[in-house]
Amino acid sequence: MIKVLKPGFYSTIQDLGRIGFQQFGVPYSGVMDRKAATVANALLGNDESDAVIEMTMTGATFQFSTNTFIAISGADMSPKLNNQAIQCNKMVAVKFNDVLSFGKLNTGFRCYLAVLGGFNTEIVMNSKSMYKNITEQSVIKKDDDLMIFKDSITNISHHASIRFNTDYINSNIIEVHRGPEFYFLSENQQKALFATDFSISKDNNRMAYQMEETFQNNLKPIITSAVLPGTVQLTPSGKLIVLMRDCQTTGGYPRVLQLTESAINIIAQKFTGNTIRFKLIPQN
Amino acid sequence: MAFKLTYKPFGERAILIEWPQKIDKSVLKDILLYKEKIQIYNTDFFLDLRVAYNSLLVIYKNSINNFSVEVSKLKDIYLQNSVITRTIFRKWKIPVCYDETFGLDLEFISKEKNISKANIIKRHSQAIYTVYFIGFLPGFLYLGGLDEILHTPRKPSPRLRIEKGAVAIGGNQTGIYPNESPGGWNIIGNAPINFFDVSKSSPCFAMAGDSIQFYPVTLDEYHHIKTLVEAGVYQIESEVFDD
Repeated sequence: MIKVLKPGFYSTIQDLGRIGFQQFGVPYSGVMDRKAATVANALLGNDESDAVIEMTMTGATFQFSTNTFIAISGADMSPKLNNQAIQCNKMVAVKFNDVLSFGKLNTGFRCYLAVLGGFNTEIVMNSKSMYKNITEQSVIKKDDDLMIFKDSITNISHHASIRFNTDYINSNIIEVHRGPEFYFLSENQQKALFATDFSISKDNNRMAYQMEETFQNNLKPIITSAVLPGTVQLTPSGKLIVLMRDCQTTGGYPRVLQLTESAINIIAQKFTGNTIRFKLIPQN
Repeated sequence: MAFKLTYKPFGERAILIEWPQKIDKSVLKDILLYKEKIQIYNTDFFLDLRVAYNSLLVIYKNSINNFSVEVSKLKDIYLQNSVITRTIFRKWKIPVCYDETFGLDLEFISKEKNISKANIIKRHSQAIYTVYFIGFLPGFLYLGGLDEILHTPRKPSPRLRIEKGAVAIGGNQTGIYPNESPGGWNIIGNAPINFFDVSKSSPCFAMAGDSIQFYPVTLDEYHHIKTLVEAGVYQIESEVFDD
């Protein structure tokens, strides 16, 4: 078991999300940066679908009531074990009563904590990903006791390390495909989409990232249709909205771009004031 | 009837199929039939099939290697006339309390349209609504068939908190808020029913293609039904329905 001493700014349990319930209006959810979460799990030999903790902007503080192994990936939030700095992207042994805390945010925005065997928390619709009105809790709270699958690990068997290039966290190139309504834009508008530095507004969360700049828009709303994580909508007021993992399942704004899977990981590590640039890549 | 469809790539793993830009039951039926044909054809490739008013989003398990090859496969499936195991559609009867306790905007609509509250309630509850799809929020039904006289623009600024079960009108649509949420629609009543139940493998009782009809209940009946719903013993009345 792992006790939450401080929950941090916004920390949730996430796995790869809920698949197959979108016909009921249920969002996918799941880790925002799949690449980082996958690496954290892989370092421990976990399944890639094992649940991890996603911490946003500031880290949480945990106390372990078991011996186990952990791995931390994604944003560098200066992790410390019993106040001693530990490395990201490496398997770390943890002992009974150890305290894991985080400090300064050095790179990125979302940090992942994986534990050997994964977290054993509430499953709703085949997923442990927290979401309001779906799971009982929508964030982790102070004094929560988080269950894990493998309590009482004693033997230290291996020291896994994976070559993991974390450059993507600082990249500002967001690769996209054309969205279904891309061709409704004028040629000039299409060009401007790929020639403008867009900055991330304060309206950014697990549902969507809104861009600060206003983009000339004369498109009519569409008849409500499906949207996906990574869909870029253009609102009547000319704002670009990049939908993220907790986005609703349908929408009525024109869908001008669609992020690639890896671009979603990149933007998930961005926060208010960061700039990005969309780059069109060919469709298969 | 075969419609002229368009096929567009939607990211690396999805193809968006679009019908003519209109909201119509014949379009919905064609979408649902196509969805069923795809499901019968092969479910191994497909992660999910998502219905909306005039579109079907086909999501693949893996990245699509060749978009045009997949589109021609889908086109062949559309033209297939194989015998289809028909889905059974139902009409669900939903109790709604239009009492002023809940119907916060009945007065406003009544003045705006110059019709009595009783007339609003009559028009709202005699129509049979088609469930086009579920989206926006978990369990939010997109319903077609609202009486034109009741069409009312969304409020200029949304309410921060709308109660679970609120029955509302927004533009040419009517709907029920399945959970407490902010919202800009005009509230005319409340349904004491769960539109989304996380404990069920199929969390919504209704599905795309079903129908809904509301019937007015008094405040006393509302509370009685609510008690039964909370105890988990309330059965929503329904019948097999296909028009």
